[in-house]
Amino acid sequence: MAEYLTLFIGAVVVNNFVLTKFLGLCIFFGISKNLSASVGMGMAVTSVMTMSSILAWIMYFFVLQPLGLTFLTTIVFVVLTASFVQLLELIIKKQAPALYNMWGIYLLLIATNCIVLAVPLLNVENSYSLMKSIVFAIGSGLGFALAIILMASLREKLVYADVPKPLQGIGIAFILAGMLSLAFLGFSGML
Amino acid sequence: MNTAIDIILVLVGVGAFFGLVLALADKKFAMEVNPLINEVEEVLPKGQCGACGFAGCAKYAEAVVENDEVPPNLCVPGKAAVAAKVAELTGKKAEAAEPKYAHLKCRGTKTAAAMAANYQGVPDCAAAKLIQGGPKGCKFGCIGFGNCVRACPFGALSMGEDGLPIVDKDICTGCGKCVSTCPQAILTLQTFDAPVQVECSSHDKGPAARKLCKNACIGCGLCMRSCTHGAIKLENNLAVVDQSICKTCDDPTCLAKCPTKAIEAMTGVKKTQQTA
Repeated sequence: MAEYLTLFIGAVVVNNFVLTKFLGLCIFFGISKNLSASVGMGMAVTSVMTMSSILAWIMYFFVLQPLGLTFLTTIVFVVLTASFVQLLELIIKKQAPALYNMWGIYLLLIATNCIVLAVPLLNVENSYSLMKSIVFAIGSGLGFALAIILMASLREKLVYADVPKPLQGIGIAFILAGMLSLAFLGFSGML
Repeated sequence: MNTAIDIILVLVGVGAFFGLVLALADKKFAMEVNPLINEVEEVLPKGQCGACGFAGCAKYAEAVVENDEVPPNLCVPGKAAVAAKVAELTGKKAEAAEPKYAHLKCRGTKTAAAMAANYQGVPDCAAAKLIQGGPKGCKFGCIGFGNCVRACPFGALSMGEDGLPIVDKDICTGCGKCVSTCPQAILTLQTFDAPVQVECSSHDKGPAARKLCKNACIGCGLCMRSCTHGAIKLENNLAVVDQSICKTCDDPTCLAKCPTKAIEAMTGVKKTQQTA
């Protein structure tokens, strides 16, 4: 149990994908202008990542490894996640229109996102068990959600700040992200 | 050699599997999109102003086609022409949206209104309002940093030299973006046939209001007593015109009575458009 907890906390804060590993920065900056969109994106990433990790884990340990084709992992996972996201979008659109309205538009954005690819890759690289993979994926997703929600809250406040002209827009966002990242580095001694 | 075959098999397998699954899913979960929705969307002005109450033109097009209860005349910027086309496409009864324009209920120009503070912060009405309700003495009036001007998707508003926004009634589509943006809530949507309007929003008592702004409504009630139709009421030290009664009046006696000229005839108004 303690092992899982460590893995989870590690994925959420200590090894936060956005703020300490600098993955998924495109959506991190693209979506974080608006808080509600960020919440939607965080949810979408978490759920897609969890499900694609399970798929990828099965693929890796039942197909790629027995055949000795582990060098194909990256390519196969790209295909896997991209097609899976497409499939999920089709299903949600039909079966759960309310959910689709909430985060349907973000689904396609994360189809080839680097975090969504990084998590399954790290899972197999560290030879996590299926259960561990799921915990790691959920943790990473929540870590991403935490980062983007923090960022969106800050950027919404920034609207009323007197930002110097050359820094307005994405410039000040980068500075903010840097400071957030520094703060998150403070967790690095925790585990 | 074996590895090469394995690679081909695995990749083709994965590709074929997902191709098949996606193809099946596409069939099974196919969403029928009514082609009429696109046609209706083409007709709409695409200002994405949201005056219809939907999140953008595409959403309105969808709603008006799919839902019988949604009338075809909700597009305010499109006026009668668009309402007629939407009605024709959807087979609904055409009733043109009544054209409206944004009107500022404040005459607190730079010369008329007293300043309470020298504001040096971000030139933004909402930001300025956070500090003691704005730099003007009158806490009800226009702050004058032009949030409405920036909000207008059609460029109908401009900031006048007197420090108040000017609405170009010929460009204004009545979408109401500025109305919802104004932190003071002193912009209103006005129909073109309203003859008289109180150009003040101050609820301050008479002497206080007059001290803070030369053009303020002081709530004296002269207009109310002079109005032969009973269209004007005093609400919390401010004269309020009931436009539904006022519309029918052709001899506004109230105008001459107002000591501060806060009540004004709406001149230079363009003719009400013909309904389709």
